[in-house]
Amino acid sequence: MTNLRATRDGFGEAILELAKSDERIIGLTADLTESTRMGEFSRQLPSRFWNVGVSEQNMVGVATGMSIEGFIPFATTYGVFLGRAWDQIRISVCITKANVKLVGTHAGVTVGADGGSAQALEDIAMLRALPNLTIVCPCDAVEAKKATLAIAQMVGPVYLRLSREPSAQVTTLRTPFVLGRAEILNSGKDVSIFACGTMVASALRAAKDLEKEKISVRIINVHTIKPIDKQTILASAKETGAVVVAEEHQMEGGLGSAVAETLALGLPTPMEQVAVAHSFGESGTAEGLLIKYKLTPNDIVRAVKRVLRRKKQKTNATSSKE
Amino acid sequence: MPLPISVIQEKATAIRESIIRMLLAAGSGHSAGSLGMADVFAALYFGVLKYDPKQPWWPERDRLLLSNGHICPVLYATLAEAGFFPKEELLTLRKLGSRLQGHPVYRALPGIESTSGSLGQGISVACGMALAAKISGKRHQVYCLMGDGEQDEGQVWEAYCFAGVHRLTHLTVIVDRNNIQSEGYTEDILPLEPFRQKLEAFGWYVLEVDGHDIEGIIKATMEARAIAEKPVVIIAHTIPGKGVEFMEGMASWHAKSPNKEQARVALHELRSLKGKIQYD
Repeated sequence: MTNLRATRDGFGEAILELAKSDERIIGLTADLTESTRMGEFSRQLPSRFWNVGVSEQNMVGVATGMSIEGFIPFATTYGVFLGRAWDQIRISVCITKANVKLVGTHAGVTVGADGGSAQALEDIAMLRALPNLTIVCPCDAVEAKKATLAIAQMVGPVYLRLSREPSAQVTTLRTPFVLGRAEILNSGKDVSIFACGTMVASALRAAKDLEKEKISVRIINVHTIKPIDKQTILASAKETGAVVVAEEHQMEGGLGSAVAETLALGLPTPMEQVAVAHSFGESGTAEGLLIKYKLTPNDIVRAVKRVLRRKKQKTNATSSKE
Repeated sequence: MPLPISVIQEKATAIRESIIRMLLAAGSGHSAGSLGMADVFAALYFGVLKYDPKQPWWPERDRLLLSNGHICPVLYATLAEAGFFPKEELLTLRKLGSRLQGHPVYRALPGIESTSGSLGQGISVACGMALAAKISGKRHQVYCLMGDGEQDEGQVWEAYCFAGVHRLTHLTVIVDRNNIQSEGYTEDILPLEPFRQKLEAFGWYVLEVDGHDIEGIIKATMEARAIAEKPVVIIAHTIPGKGVEFMEGMASWHAKSPNKEQARVALHELRSLKGKIQYD
């Protein structure tokens, strides 16, 4: 797991390739060209790139208008700043079913030094309730590339959630990627860990430690958070009987909520969360913040042990009734 | 062949009558702005815009976006008058299952070019459409209609700034300057003046017209299309509720619909007082 790269870098490469081969692709940014990895696009294809200035609301509207006329705009900024354009995303993009691709970088506490105001921890929550929107959060740079190509192919509004900080590569060019289908990376039988973004790599590391204790872990990369892959979630919950959800997001409203809703309605199963617990982030190193906010592989290991205890209690309770 | 002004004036009266009937049937909706803009809509759809109601999405059509979606009764009534859909359907306004939603939804009806209802968004979408037309070398024009109360929204000024700097000459904005908004008079709530100077400072060419002078409105839009340097805003000075005496100039009619008796009086006035709302 060497070769650290950020998901935003995978996006930057893909969008450039895509734009070179498809003239409908348009680049827009709210004054964050380099940070969102649109720099090469802006230099190589200046006639199809606009920095609209620090005006997210107008950017989302302009993207909508261009999409109505047949272009495929990628509107980029930090995930947190899309919050400034939530109503525009709702009315101009989602009700209209506009073919707009919203790209939010700097997701999670791994943003680091910029501090709490820049760390998107509520973006999935604010967007997940919007009908017609697809939400994708790739786990590494290679997958970010595939995701970028896939969302350009599909017609309809998308939010692509990306990270700033380089992270471990966990998929390869050959790993399948289908929008809307969660990918099982590791087929264990004792517990299922559903993760997205940078937490997929952490889950894999946690699984290695757990294997030493003879705990067999299934890891599911839920790159598409909306629509959520209910079938895979319910099947894995049924087969393993215990669930952990790991994400760089608030506990409320993110992937954890999507999985919890699916389980509560379909197959109630003991579940634990590894996510930010009801607080904003702050400045620090990515590593330091992951430790402070309990988002490390060790935190996943602890969550797995908690949920396995609950699974055992549940099994005992059921068998004593029989 | 352009239609004679007197025929367009009759269209405006027919649009006003439809508005009253629709609002009565709906039992809610915005009377003042809808009636106030009837002459502008009649002038645009019967004297300016290039379109084909039989092919509503003809790529070369001019686009008209209603950014202040709450005055959609005037848009719906005009589209029906122009033959986009049957006039009988107007009476379904705001009812369950109707294509005539309380605020316009993109392509819910032929001729609806954007979703609106939350103020300030139409102009950004129009900027995107105008930018698309510009980079594709298209010749159609994008018209964005806005309210004056709507100018309170910050997004509007982001869009003015964007269109100005990128010289989006495919875009013409028409602002309904009727001086009222939801809770009173614009200058009491959040003053807009000096509006013209603000627009000029944002890089726009500004024209002002009497929003009830159909000939003047048509001339202004023609002048706007001829200006190649900057995008153009036409400030249309209108009287809210125009054509129905007890509604004229009354902020209280902004978000109100007439009851049966008020509608009867209004329709009677529109029929018998034609001389009052027509020029020459």
